[in-house]
Amino acid sequence: MSRPRGLAEAIDVLRADPAAVPLGGGTDLLVALRAGERSVRHVVALRRVEELAGVTTGPDAVDLGAGLTWAGMEAQVGATLPALAAAARAVGSPQARNAGTLGGNLGSAAITGSTLPVLLALDAGVEVAGPAGTRTVPAGDLVRGPGDVALHAGEIVTRVRIPRARGPQQFLKVGQRGSVITAVAQVALVLDLGARRVRCGVGAATPVAFRPRAAERAAEAAIDWDAVTADPDLPRRFGALVAADRPPLDDLRASAAYRRHAVAVLAERALARALAA
Amino acid sequence: MTRGPRIGDPAPRPDGPDKVTGRFPYSSDLRAPGMLWGAAVRSPHASARIVGIDPAPALALEGVAAVLTADDVPGRPTYGLAVADQPAFARDLVRHHGEAVAVVAAATPDLARRAARAVAVDYAPLDPLTDPAAAVTAAPLHPNGNVFRHLIVRRGDVAAAAADPDLVTVEDTYEVGRQDPAFLGLESGLAVPAADGGVDLAVSTQFLHADRDQVAASLGLAPERVRLTLAGVGGAFGGREDLTLHLHLCLLALRTGRPVGMAYDRSESFVGHVTRHPARMWYRHRATRDGTLVSVEARVLLDGGAYQSTSAAVLANACCFAAGPYRVPHALVEGWAVRTNHPPAGALRGFGIPQVCFAHESQMDALAAALGVDPVDLRRRNALAPGDALLTGQRITGTAPAVACLDAAVAHPLPAPPDDDPLRRPGGTGLATGPGDVRRGVGVAMAFKNLMYSEGLQDLSTASVRLAVDGGELVATVHCAAAEVGQGFVTLAQQIVRTELGVDRVVLRAADTSIGEAGSSSASRQSWMSGGAVAAACAGVRDEVLARVAAGRGGRGEAFALRDGEVVSRDGGLRLPLAEVVGADPVEAVRVFTHADTAPLDADGQGDAHVAFVFTAHRAVVDVDPALGSVQVVQIATGQDIGRALNPLAVTGQLEGGIAQGLGLALLEDVVTREGRVATRTFQDYLVPTALDVGDVVATLIEEPEPGAPYGAKGVGEAPTLSSIPAVVAAVRAATGRRLRRVPVRPAHVALGEDGVAPFVVPGGPAAPPGVVTGPEGPLAKPALTDPPGVAELPGGEGGA
Ligand SMILES: Cc1cc2nc3c(=O)[nH]c(=O)nc-3n(C[C@H](O)[C@H](O)[C@H](O)COP(=O)(O)OP(=O)(O)OC[C@H]3O[C@@H](n4cnc5c(N)ncnc54)[C@H](O)[C@@H]3O)c2cc1C
Repeated sequence: MSRPRGLAEAIDVLRADPAAVPLGGGTDLLVALRAGERSVRHVVALRRVEELAGVTTGPDAVDLGAGLTWAGMEAQVGATLPALAAAARAVGSPQARNAGTLGGNLGSAAITGSTLPVLLALDAGVEVAGPAGTRTVPAGDLVRGPGDVALHAGEIVTRVRIPRARGPQQFLKVGQRGSVITAVAQVALVLDLGARRVRCGVGAATPVAFRPRAAERAAEAAIDWDAVTADPDLPRRFGALVAADRPPLDDLRASAAYRRHAVAVLAERALARALAA
Repeated sequence: MTRGPRIGDPAPRPDGPDKVTGRFPYSSDLRAPGMLWGAAVRSPHASARIVGIDPAPALALEGVAAVLTADDVPGRPTYGLAVADQPAFARDLVRHHGEAVAVVAAATPDLARRAARAVAVDYAPLDPLTDPAAAVTAAPLHPNGNVFRHLIVRRGDVAAAAADPDLVTVEDTYEVGRQDPAFLGLESGLAVPAADGGVDLAVSTQFLHADRDQVAASLGLAPERVRLTLAGVGGAFGGREDLTLHLHLCLLALRTGRPVGMAYDRSESFVGHVTRHPARMWYRHRATRDGTLVSVEARVLLDGGAYQSTSAAVLANACCFAAGPYRVPHALVEGWAVRTNHPPAGALRGFGIPQVCFAHESQMDALAAALGVDPVDLRRRNALAPGDALLTGQRITGTAPAVACLDAAVAHPLPAPPDDDPLRRPGGTGLATGPGDVRRGVGVAMAFKNLMYSEGLQDLSTASVRLAVDGGELVATVHCAAAEVGQGFVTLAQQIVRTELGVDRVVLRAADTSIGEAGSSSASRQSWMSGGAVAAACAGVRDEVLARVAAGRGGRGEAFALRDGEVVSRDGGLRLPLAEVVGADPVEAVRVFTHADTAPLDADGQGDAHVAFVFTAHRAVVDVDPALGSVQVVQIATGQDIGRALNPLAVTGQLEGGIAQGLGLALLEDVVTREGRVATRTFQDYLVPTALDVGDVVATLIEEPEPGAPYGAKGVGEAPTLSSIPAVVAAVRAATGRRLRRVPVRPAHVALGEDGVAPFVVPGGPAAPPGVVTGPEGPLAKPALTDPPGVAELPGGEGGA
């Protein structure tokens, strides 16, 4: 195990050993190791890497370190990014919230990951650093498939930059019970009053979280942006459009029929609450 | 010495602080110098022929000490609680996913697992038999056939009731999924080879002597050479009645000559121990228009999985108690427990009754709706009372406070309406449920269950009590093989000794096989049976003490009594401290305790097959988000028949834990199989209720002492799990209007209104016509199927888990 103190050192270690694997809070990695699903020879613990720490709130953007834990998100971005704080609060068990990190969540790219749908709705950019330097990947391009992250060898997620938008944000998650539960569907929604845009991220329902563009366009067109009101039937229609965007997963946790239905309900409620806020 | 808790006092567990601070030594913490670690090679297939097993790649790994297969079992190749039909290792045929094929021993746990993966097993997969209805007529999966038991309970004349046009009829089909015991302490143990060629095994179990006898038979050793000691148990619930790793550990220890430890992980545990029987049930109730039950017809089909375990006795319970705690003049119940290529099912808290309880209580609610009467009134009107007869014809001679339980459950004040806290809503932290999305529902259910073993099965417990003076102070030492699995025998034994002998310092020896058997910690029986044995041994000690005093004075023991740690003469002339009487010469008594005999069931399922009955009732209050199907249990109120609360603290623990387990089956817990393979691998998907799921539990104990029971107490280990299940489902139905004929209720069942229950197919009979949603047509109880060979010596007669 390596414990680099700075980003350069971390990148050096990862470059030197192609088999080295970054470790955040270990809430995914250790579970996989113990279950025998992964075996890792060299772990690079990122907790001490200063460049991955902290939250900076500027006039135009909020900048989050990849080392931020769920508990940190909950405590530090409640006012600026309420949807992300709500997603963090919905992560099961205080222990997991105290250890699991933003970078690890993106690194796992689990179908059920809670940050990606929120980052899609927030139009976030993900900063990654590696042997070839630093680049920014739009949240929508970061994950190619379950567990498949668009990172080059030796690259890690360092920070997430979220442009500040005026307007209500919502996050809703449903699973087989209310708490300590893996999502079967989650919906994040941002009403960007300045840009007059509706941005929605849908997670856990499909192999990769997505933005339902057609539904967003339809909602944007139907909202009276000056009064921030809409026809009372809009949320229902929006929910139906979101659910129709692409075929949902069918697995142990939920049937495709239930997921389709749940996505519609969550999206409807998200928009209704945002319009009522 | 401070005065320790007596019978009736709240007695905290001696191991409680260690358990909550992480210091308690569980069976997984056992270590020995020079030990090896075992790991099993398990079938990835539900059904397959074994073409070959090559241990060479595993043996080639440095640090691997042994690879054992069926060829290495020196004694009986099979084991089983009632019938030895389960191989120690599959030899030619694998009958369920996860069946052990070989076991390895290696220097570390990790290496053992790698070695297990390295053993090359060549399987030829077969089509698994997964439909229990098809099992009866399918080609036999085992020389014993596919029917573990077929049972009919016939009372009165259901045909006459069917002919009465004035009766109101409700009928439906119900299903119960596969509940796992899900104990937190996974299977683990340590076997140490002994100088005499025998083996010492420390293991977490419910029944040391049954384990010992099965292990010894397969090792080809005399039972005395196989010595078992109870190791720290992290929950049991029925799932530790059958052998799991016991035999594998002993085989490895004897083969390698070294101590061998073994510990399952969660996914191995799911396939490596018995679960509750998945059930399909069809029911038809008829009642007069004023709400008096006239007849109940039921068909109960239990999926017993690949091996028999306790299936025969579980089926008997399901059939005997199929109608619930009600007077039913006419009944016809037909049950099957069958073999399939699923992992074996067996004992689990409630032992066959949770399944039928879900069905009969759903029926009672449907009947109340059809009659337009209050469901509580309907239950009260038909509830069993002392002197009433069961479906089996047996009359209740003890207490039967069914109505008192029901009244107590519904007398609790209802909880406050949903408040503003979004986290308390059904959507919980997911914030999916808004304040306007919540519907509240209330449901009520009741149940009863047998205590102890049934159907004439031998049922006894053995205890010794030894009274000595140590440093001037009296010390009583209790020895009993009753397995402490969390139920509280450790406190109870001490309370009994303090009450009977007035001695405060009571030491409990480790439970082991050096004393006679205590029976299983199951069937809600240990307080009655082993409590009875300890009380009897105390009486033996007392008699000897009094005889000693009398002998010294040339009188008879009856002239004296033991009171508060003193021997007194009845005429009041003498008072002697007990310590003085015992002196340097300890007094010891060993007693075997039994209960009144029970009888087998006859061909019509009639007979006095049970000892005593415990009653219970539950009222559940739930909040539901009908659109998403999310459910939050708000409160469970219960009235619990207890006879007498010997340790109120332990009773509270049983009620809260049992209710949590019932609620788990109602809403959350299901081991999902796909084509016979177990798809549920971890607690990420097998959802054990957390404190957030359970809601508040409010309880009223109904204390009517049971005649013939030690201290008048009834075991309460299982009852809380029974009617909590249908009460929760009834509450969800009340909130949503959904039908919900399957447990666990899934969010999709509520949200989409599809519970996925298929029409009941009569095993071995014609398939129900397509499109028929209710029960099958045609007469019930076709000619009884002939029992296959090897099943004739049944029933197993066990009473519970
Ligand atoms: C009880 C419990 C409940 C949970 N509930 C939820 C939930 O509701 N929602 C949810 O989304 N998740 C949940 N999780 C999963 C987990 O907590 C999260 O995915 C968490 O964010 C992972 O972060 P970590 O720091 O622990 O990652 P780790 O386990 O340390 O790493 C995960 C993966 O990411 C890689 N990685 C780590 N850091 C970086 C980095 N900076 N850049 C690139 N790759 C990196 C690692 O190599 C590894 O492959 C839960 C887990 C548990 C145990």
